[in-house]
Formats: sequence, C-alpha cells, structure tokens
Amino acid sequence: MKEAVSTGGAPSAEPDLQELMRRVALGDQEAFASVYDRTMGPVLGTVRAVLRDHAQSEEVAQEIMVELWRTAARYRADRGTAINWILTLAHRRAVDRVRSAEAAAARDRKAALLDRTPAYDTVTEQVEARLEREQVRRCMRTLTEIQRQAVTLAYYRGLTYREVAEVLTLPLGTVKTRMRDGLIRLRDCLGVTA
Amino acid sequence: MNTADLHTLTGAYAVDALSDTERAAFERHLSGCAPCTQETAELTATSARLGLAVSVTPRAELRDEVLRRITTVRQETPREAGAATSAPRATARRMLLSRWALAACVAAAAAFGGVAVWQHERAEDALDQARQAAQDADRVAAVLAAPDARSGSAKLGDGATGTVVVSRSQDKAVFVVSGMAPPPQGKTYQLWFDEGGTMRSAGLMEPGRSAQTVLMSGTVAGASGMGITVEPAGGSEQPTSPPVALMPLPA
Repeated sequence: MKEAVSTGGAPSAEPDLQELMRRVALGDQEAFASVYDRTMGPVLGTVRAVLRDHAQSEEVAQEIMVELWRTAARYRADRGTAINWILTLAHRRAVDRVRSAEAAAARDRKAALLDRTPAYDTVTEQVEARLEREQVRRCMRTLTEIQRQAVTLAYYRGLTYREVAEVLTLPLGTVKTRMRDGLIRLRDCLGVTA
Repeated sequence: MNTADLHTLTGAYAVDALSDTERAAFERHLSGCAPCTQETAELTATSARLGLAVSVTPRAELRDEVLRRITTVRQETPREAGAATSAPRATARRMLLSRWALAACVAAAAAFGGVAVWQHERAEDALDQARQAAQDADRVAAVLAAPDARSGSAKLGDGATGTVVVSRSQDKAVFVVSGMAPPPQGKTYQLWFDEGGTMRSAGLMEPGRSAQTVLMSGTVAGASGMGITVEPAGGSEQPTSPPVALMPLPA
C-alpha cells in the first residue's frame, strides 16, 4: 500500500521528490514550487496537529518551507526518502514551537495536551491522503491502548516522553518501551522500510 | 544514561519526544550503533506516515507568499550543508517550559528511581497497575483538560515545589508536587482544602514518593486554599499538626 502515497517517492513519469530536492539544492525555483505542491499539505497538517492554532500553524508551515529551500543541500537521498526528511523537519519545528514559552502558556489554558483525538477528521479532497489516513487509522487500532496513547501524545501533541509518563502516570521506562513497541507495530502494519 | 537505556529511546527519538540533552546523547550513540541506526530510520519513517495521515489542503495564498519569500533567501551551499550535522534546535526551548510542564518534568524525573523495582514485578501486576494508573490518569486528565483549568504554583520550603490545578466546572483539583522530603517514619502527608480557616481532608499523598500527582478528593466549592500537614499513617479527621504548606487556590 505504500505506493498509494505519491509523495513517498514511488517511481512515476513525473520527477520524483528526491530528484526535485536535488534540483532545489541547485537553486531551481520551479522545482521548489513542485516540492511545495507535493508536501505543503502534509507539512501543514503535521504542524496543525501539534500546534492546534490555525493561524500560527500556517505561519510555522511557511517558515518550514522557506527553511526547506535554504537547507535543501542537507538532504541526502541515501539516508531516506525526501518526504521523510521533510516531515521530520516539520514535526521538529512544530514541537520546538509548542514547547516554547508562548505556546506553553496557551497550552496551559487550553490544556489541549490531553485531548487524545488526532486531527484525522480534517477534510482533504486528495484521494491518496484519504487512503493514507485510513491505513494509519487501521494500523493505530492494532496498538495497545497505552502504546497508542504514548505515540499519539508524543507525535500529535508534541509532549516529551517524560510529560507523557506524567500525564499517563506511568513509569518513564514503560513509556519509552511502549512508544518503541507501538511504533514497531505501526511500522510492520504499514509495511514501512527505511 | 547507559547504552541499554539509549537503545530503547529509538521510539521516543522518532516522535521527537526527547529533551535537547537526551537527543544529543542519543545521536552520539547512534553514530556508533548500526542496528540502532537502522531501527531509528525505520521508526522515523513510520512517524512520517503519521504526518502524512493528517495532511490538509493549504490555502492558495500561502503558496504565493512562500514562493515570493524564497527569492530573497540565500541557500546554504553543499559545503555549509555538510558542516551542519543536523537541523539546529530552538535553543530557547529547554528554558521555556511552562511552570506546569516543569513541575511535571521534575516529578517524572524524580519518579525514575522507582522504575527498576517496578520492572521486576510480575507482568500481571504491572498490567493491573497500568490499568489503575490509566483510570487515575483519566480523572486527572479531565481536570487538566477542563476549559476553565487554572493553576498556581508555590515554593513549599526545603526545595519542594507545589502546583495546584483547579477546574471549577469539574469541581476538582489536582496537586502536583516535586522535591518533597519523605515524611517522618510512621507519618504521612495529608492534603486539606481550606474553607475560611476550617480544614477539610482532601486525601493522602503516597508515602515514599518525593514527586507525585494527586487528584484531591472532595469538592472544590467553598475552598479558597489548600494545605499540607504531617499526620499519623492513615491520616486524621482534622489536622493534628501545623501545616507544612498553605497555598491559595487559583481563582
């Protein structure tokens, strides 16, 4: 099912994302526009899942895109697909932002960190995004409750594993292993290869 | 942190759930551990799928703005890019945790001492404990997640810090403490709601844990503050000693 994700770098007639990134690193603005078109949706979605705030998410997603342009030469195709690299960057930036003072204060008020429902319900008309969502949702159901909560609170809420341990009142070691076990189960269910 | 500890962090690393210091230690470990590198790559790729799954359709205006902005941004050369070993972290982050998050982190760090013992318990016990913990966590969570949750923190003396989170709509309060000295032998810490000078019991703290999160028992209504006293094990009907700490409840 991995080929259902056009951004995943499956062979096709169009230049793949890896090739586009190589061109972006050489200053090709047209290639960058194509990278933007293929990745801004998941980048914005990832950021919004973590930050919740719509306007702030748009702003951060734009900053990530500009950073992508600036640091494209850092991408190394031999270390993984371009979409992984981009979404890893996006998630880290979102997490950095949510853990900054300003966002933390807002988070205190909303205490949204305990809302464990990820934003799967967001409307998108892209078919492959919908397939991807269905697949992840299906695989999420194969996790134990604690594995699912640990992975979800960290990825979709930006909590550190220490915060996750506190919120779920579980020992740190348990949270660490559940996070790993949960991701391993997801990896196998989704058929992810690195 | 030893090597075995580091190895179990592949999952937490993949979902960005490490502090800056831990992340740095983990990345150093990775450079010398091929199996970890493989697993980390796979789990990071897996977490990217979680991102793909929440894809949204961005507003068209955002595209024009980004494409305009990049025309004025100089790109890193491949040489500069090679020198940057990993994406820079926001340095401010570690200093800027909210007071609540900080209390939670301190509490969690202090609780770490109990893990080794806990892990040796029989699996069934662990499961029961996890279920119980999850139930408690849900009740605590309900207070923390309430739209009207308010928190107040105070130094409790002897380096201890307390944070009380109150939800008036839930009519419940949660007390988070870290750095508590252990109570004297045969004694326990008891929590109280302060109703205009009259103390109403709000339950006992767990003995032997310097850091913990307690759902205070009883209603918040009528209380303007909270207190902690040292009582005989099992607790008392009314305080039998002067409070070790008094805190106002956030309005």
